[in-house]
Amino acid sequence: MINKTVKSVQEALQGIEDGMTLILGGFGLCGIPENSIAELVRKGTKQLTCISNNAGVDDFGLGLLLQKKQIKKMISSYVGENAEFERQMLSGELEVELIPQGTLAERCRVAQAGIPAFYTPAGYGTEVAIGKETREFNGKMYVMEQAFKADFAIVKAWKGDTAGNLIFKGTARNFNPVMAGAGNITIAEVEELVEAGTLDPNQIHIPGIFVQRIFQGEKYEKRIEKRTVREKK
Amino acid sequence: MLLTKEDIAKRIARELKDGYFVNLGIGIPTLVANYIPEGINVEIQSENGVLGMGPFPFEGEEDADLINAGKQTITTLPGAVFFDSAMSFGMIRGKHVDLTVLGAMEVAENGDIANWKIPGKMVKGMGGAMDLVASAENIIVAMMHVNKAGESKILKKCTLPLTGVGCVKKIVTELAVMEITPKGIKLLERAPGVSVDYIVSATEANLIIEGEIPEMQIN
Repeated sequence: MINKTVKSVQEALQGIEDGMTLILGGFGLCGIPENSIAELVRKGTKQLTCISNNAGVDDFGLGLLLQKKQIKKMISSYVGENAEFERQMLSGELEVELIPQGTLAERCRVAQAGIPAFYTPAGYGTEVAIGKETREFNGKMYVMEQAFKADFAIVKAWKGDTAGNLIFKGTARNFNPVMAGAGNITIAEVEELVEAGTLDPNQIHIPGIFVQRIFQGEKYEKRIEKRTVREKK
Repeated sequence: MLLTKEDIAKRIARELKDGYFVNLGIGIPTLVANYIPEGINVEIQSENGVLGMGPFPFEGEEDADLINAGKQTITTLPGAVFFDSAMSFGMIRGKHVDLTVLGAMEVAENGDIANWKIPGKMVKGMGGAMDLVASAENIIVAMMHVNKAGESKILKKCTLPLTGVGCVKKIVTELAVMEITPKGIKLLERAPGVSVDYIVSATEANLIIEGEIPEMQIN
């Protein structure tokens, strides 16, 4: 059995250097690799290109890296919840590439699967398609999009085992499964790390082959971005 | 009588058919879930990775790992399922989702839609809107007929950066129900008590008007 366990978040993030490209899981603040982001802030790694659906909020998620001006470029589909992001974007300090959400997911998935490019209808006829190859299939126009290339992918799962196998919970799954294996090295942080053989192989969402390093995170805050409730009748 | 946002949602809810999988955007579209007609079973898809979305949780039962695409805490209904983002957009691009309801800033006669960017203002991003409009067979736009400045949002040609081209099938506003046809926008129904002339005067695009235009049925 191949053991993917690393002792700490520090060990997990070894090799992440200034100027690298990172893919990070999560949708809003749901299913984000909290421990790894905190460690990146502590390490002070700079000039990062971050591929992640959102950019966190001012004081949580990737917003923490933005506060310290550690991000050079953000590739996301929606960045609307973050005032510091807006300030850096408008002042030109931060480079931003906005891409359709399904395209973002698929560019990860094909990177994981070794497919260099694909055609999608999303963005055809809009500014997203400018400079990209377009092609007609069965009477409909499509835009060619390419697989992401990244130095590291950092994902968050609910449970994992020492072989790197992962299980996700609820909508915290989101981009994480398709990001595992989409970078040269994939780091997985999990809420609960168990011995290989403990998880039912039938229930594993992502095979450990896509994960190089796994560790159990600490003190998950799991902040709720928009708490919506209904009245008890 | 001008319709409220709830009325617009109620009218759109009448478009739901039994067995539909539906994706509802943020704003008026979200309200459609409150008015699903009796006897009609639909499943609501949220593109962050859940099918079978239920109502908001009771206070104290919120789960940080269970949100919708608007980042709101939600619940699930029996039969619900979670999946990753690539599979979620596979459902959308693969036309497995039967109906998409979303808001818009502008819609044009040819079905073009603009709803993600105003030049000179902070751009938040398109999220899943471009994937949804490019793929769905059946797209209903739910929006107010005019903007805050009183200008028509239904135009001969969109002025804002596009989200998708030639994709909108139907528009429901506080004034009217309209269908996008190969010949242009056809007026189908008018809000109760609103005249055809009034709708025409509030619309920059040309409207195709054939015969008597019935009043919308809301309830």
